[in-house]
Amino acid sequence: MTLPTLDLVVLLPQLIVLTAALLVLVVDGLSGARSWLLAGISLVALLAAGAAAIWLSLQPGEPRRLQAMAVADGFALLFDVVIVVAAVLGVLLAYQSIPRISQQVGSYYALLLLAVVGMMTMGAALDLIVVFLALEILSLALYILAGFNRSEPRSAEASLKYFLLGAFASAFFLYGAALVYGATASLNLEAIAAALAGGSRSPAMLYLGIALLIVGFGFKVALVPFHMWTPDVYPGAPTPVTAFMSAATKAAAFAAFLRLFLTALPTAQPTWSWALAVLAAVTMTLGNVAALRQRELKRMLAYSSIAHAGYAAVGLVAGTAQGAGAVLFYLLAYAFMNVGAFGVVAALERAGEYDVARGRLAGLSERQPALAAAMAIFMFSLTGIPPFAGFFGKLYVFGAAVAAGWGWLVVIGVINSVISAYYYLQVTVEMYFAAPAAEAPAAAAAGKKGRAVAKAAAPSPAPEEGKAAPAPLSRATAAAVLAAALGTVLIGVLPALLTGWIAQAVQGIF
Amino acid sequence: MTAVPTSFYLVLSALIFVIGAVGVLVRRNALIIFMCVELMMNAVNLTLIALADRFGRLDGQIFVFMVMAVAAAEVAVGLAIVMALVHHRDTTNVDEINLLKG
Repeated sequence: MTLPTLDLVVLLPQLIVLTAALLVLVVDGLSGARSWLLAGISLVALLAAGAAAIWLSLQPGEPRRLQAMAVADGFALLFDVVIVVAAVLGVLLAYQSIPRISQQVGSYYALLLLAVVGMMTMGAALDLIVVFLALEILSLALYILAGFNRSEPRSAEASLKYFLLGAFASAFFLYGAALVYGATASLNLEAIAAALAGGSRSPAMLYLGIALLIVGFGFKVALVPFHMWTPDVYPGAPTPVTAFMSAATKAAAFAAFLRLFLTALPTAQPTWSWALAVLAAVTMTLGNVAALRQRELKRMLAYSSIAHAGYAAVGLVAGTAQGAGAVLFYLLAYAFMNVGAFGVVAALERAGEYDVARGRLAGLSERQPALAAAMAIFMFSLTGIPPFAGFFGKLYVFGAAVAAGWGWLVVIGVINSVISAYYYLQVTVEMYFAAPAAEAPAAAAAGKKGRAVAKAAAPSPAPEEGKAAPAPLSRATAAAVLAAALGTVLIGVLPALLTGWIAQAVQGIF
Repeated sequence: MTAVPTSFYLVLSALIFVIGAVGVLVRRNALIIFMCVELMMNAVNLTLIALADRFGRLDGQIFVFMVMAVAAAEVAVGLAIVMALVHHRDTTNVDEINLLKG
């Protein structure tokens, strides 16, 4: 009997992160809650995984495969990089706030890393079994992370809602996979495409399966009407968790979404691209209109993230290599700008607080000019104003859709960008032009208390924490916001650094 | 002995799946909702086994084992989440779990 050869190098990034997750648990047990060591291990592992992904993508020749189960092609590895970006920022944001809400810092980092393993595998999966397993690995970790604040009923509630609706959606995904299996007699994405090339024997089963797969993925990326959980879970979960999962889950789910639909189901494209186009149009509109009414920052960003799922879906509707590359670019830009925006929210948040009212931003430009400037960059970028990353993300996505003949969808997308400018820019206006509300003295008092706590957690506060700054800002949070702002600006100024690389990478999925 | 046609299994599992999905939507107890989700997953398992048998392939059956393992993990996480919530609210009725208004 000969054993099959397993090219485990394909999974090198995942294995590095997995090892680190186990290491974090062991170290947590050994030395007690030594927060900086746990965060350090996580950061080093994530950066090493990112480096491994880049190294693998630079290998010449055919992409390496692990049997017919997973592949290390440019597409998977670039999504690894997107996920690493979101996870690194998520770890930095957690450094200050997680010890405030929980004793079990080690399990936080371990769960975050396990979620990253699942997310990376989503992009690499070549088989419906692997897609399902990866989806569940990341989901189970995120269900727990959403409820990580044990003392806060809203966190537990967010966790339960996410779990029940997530499990419900997983069942739909699973049934969709089973029906596609029934229509093609195969679970491997390339074999499914080959089976469908000569026309399907049971189209009813195939299209029902595709519809159910769209429901499953639509839930994970929060497409309307499968978005109901988002405005509850995002504000209810601890802010670092929300920041991480808003960007990374979207990237991972879109990675598998793109690969599954473009590799395995291109023959059914005329059908599913119409269904997705309608979903994308509804998602953009409803997300933006609902965000207009929100008075709290996390809820506003939750609805905005729904709208952004709609923008990214436009690239998938295009269904071309250009469209897939645009989605990848968009999600990378989104990782920087959205995690950054949540990072600013985390910096403003006070202990025991559930969401940050938008009025609290009034006068932020005077109290914390650096933080206000960073938030302004994120808001401009989320609106899609040049020269920030979000502008080029939208430009490429809409450009790909126009090139594929989806003009009406792009019109809806552009109208929505204008609607979104209202609430994004209002945040900026409040930071720079609104006088601090009557709440300000109370805020200063509460801020001092919070500062004492933060001093204990982070002995050396960042230089941004100036004389007039009442809110605590740890060095880790400041670093995360700074890195996100730099990334947003850099991608916006030099998008050409990435576009060539991305265009080459996405060829592998066709 | 004549074998049961595959389509019978498919129709049965589609029915079970729909019963589970309706249960998720109409029942208000978090634990029962969760059981309905498990029902849906097991309906899919039946589909996969029937199809794997029809095709004479093993991959569908392997998928079922994976689904079972995942379902077990989901139970562990799900019950812990329900317990965490009962600590705060002393209820498993999802209509009373309404601090967050979607």
